[in-house]
Amino acid sequence: MREELLAIIEKNSRIDLKELAVILGVEEIDVVNELAALEAEGIICGYHTLINWEKTDIEKVSALIEVRVTPQRGQGFDSIAERIYKYPEVRSVYLMSGAYDLMVILEGKTLREVSNFVSDKLSTLDSVLSTATHFILKKYKDHGTAFATKKEDEREMITP
Amino acid sequence: MRNPLADKVVDIKPSGIRKFFDIVSEMQDAISLGVGEPDFDTPWHIRDEGIYSLEKGRTFYTSNAGLKDLRQEICNTIRRKQGVSYDWQHEVLVTVGGSEAIDIGLRAMCNPGDEVLIPQPSYVSYEPCAILAGATPVIIDLKAENEFRLTAEELEAAITDKTKVLILPFPNNPTGAIMEKSDLEAIAKIIEEHDIFVMSDEIYSELTYKEKHVSIISLPGMKERTVYINGFSKAYAMTGWRLGYCCGPAAIIQQMTKIHQFAIMCAPTTSQYAAVEALKNGDPDIEEMRTAYNQRRRFLMNAFREMGLECFEPYGAFYVFPCIKEFGMTSEEFATRFLEEEKVAAVPGTAFGDSGEGYLRISYAYSLEKLKTAIGRLGHFVEKLRSEQNNK
Repeated sequence: MREELLAIIEKNSRIDLKELAVILGVEEIDVVNELAALEAEGIICGYHTLINWEKTDIEKVSALIEVRVTPQRGQGFDSIAERIYKYPEVRSVYLMSGAYDLMVILEGKTLREVSNFVSDKLSTLDSVLSTATHFILKKYKDHGTAFATKKEDEREMITP
Repeated sequence: MRNPLADKVVDIKPSGIRKFFDIVSEMQDAISLGVGEPDFDTPWHIRDEGIYSLEKGRTFYTSNAGLKDLRQEICNTIRRKQGVSYDWQHEVLVTVGGSEAIDIGLRAMCNPGDEVLIPQPSYVSYEPCAILAGATPVIIDLKAENEFRLTAEELEAAITDKTKVLILPFPNNPTGAIMEKSDLEAIAKIIEEHDIFVMSDEIYSELTYKEKHVSIISLPGMKERTVYINGFSKAYAMTGWRLGYCCGPAAIIQQMTKIHQFAIMCAPTTSQYAAVEALKNGDPDIEEMRTAYNQRRRFLMNAFREMGLECFEPYGAFYVFPCIKEFGMTSEEFATRFLEEEKVAAVPGTAFGDSGEGYLRISYAYSLEKLKTAIGRLGHFVEKLRSEQNNK
């Protein structure tokens, strides 16, 4: 049940417990227990909402920053990653294979705010060797969901 | 002027679905539970292969029987899923949907007067195709108490000296019934005893929710007397691509290929290229869709239980077949009133044969959200009918 449960709530965390139990074919109490276990094990880390901010009046700027760093003895990349992800404006931090080490996704109110963060905070960290900032112009799809308006059901109403 | 028409064709009554379709299409804001095709789009990697084949200019006829690659992949798939081997050169034919295979299969096998056994409720085209093939359709009425499976007794009772072919439509549209291995073993004995042939329409074979689907061709002695029909429409959500296939004894496939060659030439080339990709890499897509269907199926069965509507638990296809006999009206009356009063279209069971009387086919090829809305209205309608009955 675990895998199927996760697949469902990854797409829709608002589904109610009773319905979740019905479509999984288990008892509601089992769902409650499994969710509690998943939370306790740190597998479920949050129940977020996917928002297309471009459709609101709220201005937001996102940037994807490639960061090259010097790993630290005994700690590898973890401690530098932690120093970076503790900033609240940092949305995501990934350790990457390839040409750079960390990918940082940043969200700010304005272009300047993002630039300032990179020049004042990120670049000045001791272990950071270099950064390359890419501003995100448009999000087409995020978390597996396309932002384009949903298409109508084009099937015939009745077919054998 | 002389009558330009053939009596045989004129005498075929139009599909019961057609009549209902006309009423529905008049309605502006109706929602539907009446669709017999998946709500998913064809998985992108499959569509992409179709597009790629067009870009490469693969726009010519293929060989009559279908692309070599596709026929070989079909054989691989059947070997993998049913443990049965077919010779791709002589025992496989790629058709325009499973429907074409039903038509030309019956035409290839039946002489005038031969009887074709058709268990009903079942898909609408077996009976007309049998008639067009010059055969006599003989209906076997399946029963709710058997979960609409075909039993050995029912089969035996329907067989005469003239019986030539048994149509085996499982997993079933419209009932969602399946035949499990033991059910098939029971009828296989009789099929062999009476030396009849089988046309097994397994278009919904990937959509079962109990054990994995077992085909009759995997039973001893059955492959030799069975035309196995399958296709891409339901498993890979490829209805519009119009692509199916059949496998069977070389002698039958050879004659079917002859009809196919003269009537159709070959199945659509683009679809065939896309289908190779589907068979090679489409298993995860099937799994994902099956999981979604199964969730909806459980949702519906639970909703019926809650509203006290009788329904046997179906383990195949994407239909449920609730019983509406308690309301004392025909399936058509029920479906018509449901449509007019609640604006929900579902297909009356009688569209699939007289034995569908008293039942309604509800499709769950819809998102859970849509099902919730529609089932809410069904619940409301059922309440209303019950209070009408109580006030009488």
